[in-house]
Amino acid sequence: MTAEAQGALDRRGFLKCAGALIVGFRFAGEQPACAQFGQAALSGSPPGDQLDSWIAVGADGRVTAFSGKEELGQGISTAQQQLVAEELSVPFERVTLIYCDTARTPDQAYTSGSQSHPVNFNHANLALAAATAREALLKMASQRLGAPVEQLTLAAGVIGWKGDASKRVSYGELAGGKKWNLALDKNAQRKPSSEWTVLGKPVGRPDMAAMATGQFEYVHNVRLPGMLHGRVVRPPVVGATLLSVDEESVKGLPGLVKVVVKKNFVGVVAQKPWQAIQAAEKLKVNWSAGAGLPKQSEFYDSLAKQPSRDTLMVDSKDTAQTLAAAAVTLKSTYLHPYQMHGSVGSSCAVADVQGDKATLYSPTQGVWYQKSTGAMILGLKPENVHVIFQRGSGCYGLNGADTVSYDAMILSQAAGKPVRVQLSRKDEMAWENYGNAWRIEERAGLDAQGNIVAWEHEAWTPGLGNRPGPATPGNVITGMLLGFAPAAFSPGAAQPPRAYNNNSNGIPSYVAGNVGGSNGGTGTVKSEKVLVHSVASRFWTGPLRSPARLQNTFAHESFMDELAARAHADPVEFRLRHLRNERLIAVLKGAAKAANWETRPSPKPGNRKTGIAAGRGVACVAYEGDNGYTGIVADVEVDQDSGKVAVQRMWVAIDAGPISNPDGLRNQAEGGALQGMSRAMGEEVTWDDQKVTSVDWRTYHSLPLGFDVPKIECVLIDRPEEEATGAGETAITVIAAALGNAVFDATGVRLRQIPLTAERVKAALTAA
Amino acid sequence: MVTLKVNGRAHTLDLDPATPLLYALSDDLELRGPKFGCGLGQCGACTAIVDGVAARTCVTPVSSAAGKEIITLEGLGTAERPHPIQKAFIDEQAAQCGFCLNGVILSAKAFLDKNPRATEAEIQRALSGVLCRCFTHARMYAAIQRYQKAVPK
Repeated sequence: MTAEAQGALDRRGFLKCAGALIVGFRFAGEQPACAQFGQAALSGSPPGDQLDSWIAVGADGRVTAFSGKEELGQGISTAQQQLVAEELSVPFERVTLIYCDTARTPDQAYTSGSQSHPVNFNHANLALAAATAREALLKMASQRLGAPVEQLTLAAGVIGWKGDASKRVSYGELAGGKKWNLALDKNAQRKPSSEWTVLGKPVGRPDMAAMATGQFEYVHNVRLPGMLHGRVVRPPVVGATLLSVDEESVKGLPGLVKVVVKKNFVGVVAQKPWQAIQAAEKLKVNWSAGAGLPKQSEFYDSLAKQPSRDTLMVDSKDTAQTLAAAAVTLKSTYLHPYQMHGSVGSSCAVADVQGDKATLYSPTQGVWYQKSTGAMILGLKPENVHVIFQRGSGCYGLNGADTVSYDAMILSQAAGKPVRVQLSRKDEMAWENYGNAWRIEERAGLDAQGNIVAWEHEAWTPGLGNRPGPATPGNVITGMLLGFAPAAFSPGAAQPPRAYNNNSNGIPSYVAGNVGGSNGGTGTVKSEKVLVHSVASRFWTGPLRSPARLQNTFAHESFMDELAARAHADPVEFRLRHLRNERLIAVLKGAAKAANWETRPSPKPGNRKTGIAAGRGVACVAYEGDNGYTGIVADVEVDQDSGKVAVQRMWVAIDAGPISNPDGLRNQAEGGALQGMSRAMGEEVTWDDQKVTSVDWRTYHSLPLGFDVPKIECVLIDRPEEEATGAGETAITVIAAALGNAVFDATGVRLRQIPLTAERVKAALTAA
Repeated sequence: MVTLKVNGRAHTLDLDPATPLLYALSDDLELRGPKFGCGLGQCGACTAIVDGVAARTCVTPVSSAAGKEIITLEGLGTAERPHPIQKAFIDEQAAQCGFCLNGVILSAKAFLDKNPRATEAEIQRALSGVLCRCFTHARMYAAIQRYQKAVPK
């Protein structure tokens, strides 16, 4: 497997490390990569098992909470503030949340992978810290007031005695400005959700007013005394290496401070941003010829011809025989392109490297990994690198944040002054770590009654680089230019699966998932095989919102629709027939009910073959197998003359366990649905024989604000009795399949390649 | 030397006249509203209202903005006293990362100032070149409609 695919498959175990150290999450498979990292002893962060690392009470009774999960725009800081306010019975406004500063907050590894909600809102980490603090305060008050704990009440930061209203003591009096000197108590009880007054409520985001009035300080707005501005000069084509730099070409340009060359890294530093931009444009740099790129038109076919590293996720070893004996067999191939994070603001970071010490303001999702890998690229000791998270433009995964942080650090070190770097649009788009492309083949058999009897899934995905993790700065472009290698790719044969693990959603929801004698899956089909081939990529790749999960789900849920149509079954009824997971069944039924789903097979009878045809499509997913559940129904209209697909309405049912903030959850579901629609309908990285050609918003096709926004109705399913799960990546995962299924319902034509552009739809309609 | 009138105050700056207005606003004047998104006039993040028109400041030379009335997002209102359109966005919780809000709010305001009775389709056309990559579109349109309804025609 490539490092990338390894990362995609193991992401969850990896991300859970920070939590796992304290909580002991079940972990199937090998020792997580960060078992030796993500620990305070190495990262220099406050130890995660100590209450002082998480919660402090001021003399004024204000509560400060420290978290290793950061606000990226997804609303998690609001929810964390609610959590702490709730557990400690203080007003929301009286809690200050500080997150992701390597010197001040516990090391919780990356903020990614839909892990913030499960890791911090269950029975460990921030939630456990707040519960431990509440119990500690009650114990202190009991001693102070001479009253038994069970007769004490907490309200608005004051503890009172039920038996004597005159006896009360505030948190400030009990613990203000003092150290707790307590370990997190794994027996500390969370407040039951039936008593919640802050958590579970649609509390507004405290950062909203600053954002709407231009007062919010993004990393782009960080200004340090004496700060200079940098600009990088990337290679013109893929595979080019540096031959020479003609510094004379920019000599005397106004404001120019320095030209910086280090191995294949080239950059300039100037007094002002516009001066840096001009110097970078005028600098004469000689690069070697590129390595050449394969034809995009032959790309998907080429994947299966490359050396691969193979992973078997499930294998009942009987699929060939079962398929051979089936009444009907179906086989389809689904194609998904490389896609971009495409943040609206190109990535930016500010670094101040002075002698052997460095401070970095970065929008990275992993401040602790910027600390360790930043130290590597600077040649400094990790303990001398201080990384402070500062919010950037929404990232949706590994955008340019990590690479631009290296750019800023290297340029600041060379200049000896603080340096701010913001990438150009093209530098962001040509070199970011794209969401992986996939070629997925699905094969299944039906019995005479139209039930699925066997399912084979075989996929190919190319990878190069990934998140840098603790020690691989070469996983992003700047690290590689500075001479660090990306994680190595080595081909290898598949081993039999050792444990059930569906965190990439490679395993269809409808199979039993039998590994080691027990069924870990959510479905009923017992004859099953899932084989993934990881191959080398020519482009950088990395996690993009719902990595692998989205592409696999597009294939599974489109294919399920093909099987239903072949069995002349209603697509919802057909899914239910093959599912045995209550939560997945509930979101599927929830979306169908909200949409007034009409039970009938697809395609819709009576539609004409010209003009506008309307149809509906359904899809569902148990995200990562058990980390959030979404069902969706989409209504579309297809203009059969132009091929244009207009999405009319979407109904999204979502279950993320106990709802921490219904408005925040709704915002994530709505945004995920529309972002998924943009990715499904227009977004695709393109290239010529030398370089990426989708390098701006004319050549990379995001839906702008001006498109016809479909009405989205969310069905939020609250599960107070369940564990909190991920919430931000579920809705986006099911959109592409729902839209493809709706186009089939409208026209009888099946689309198996993303994006569903008008040209592609028109061509499919013409060919039918 | 170029004199820019920004949010009601005049500033004289020593700048190459070809410098895009964005850098004068975000760096020389350290305003946080206008932001670099693409440098190509394709996304709207850099928008300021220049003489009543929503301008892409990343492709507007300072020389052409000299002497004109320039309004940035912070020129509309503050967190404590937000402009009605800013308040509508706060009330609708119409953002995720918020980076695009500058372009969305100013483009909508400039358009509605001139076309207070604009239809939904017309507003949509006016925002056709603005990007929100968190796709908070539904809430943003709800906020714009809330503002439009509240403003006397």
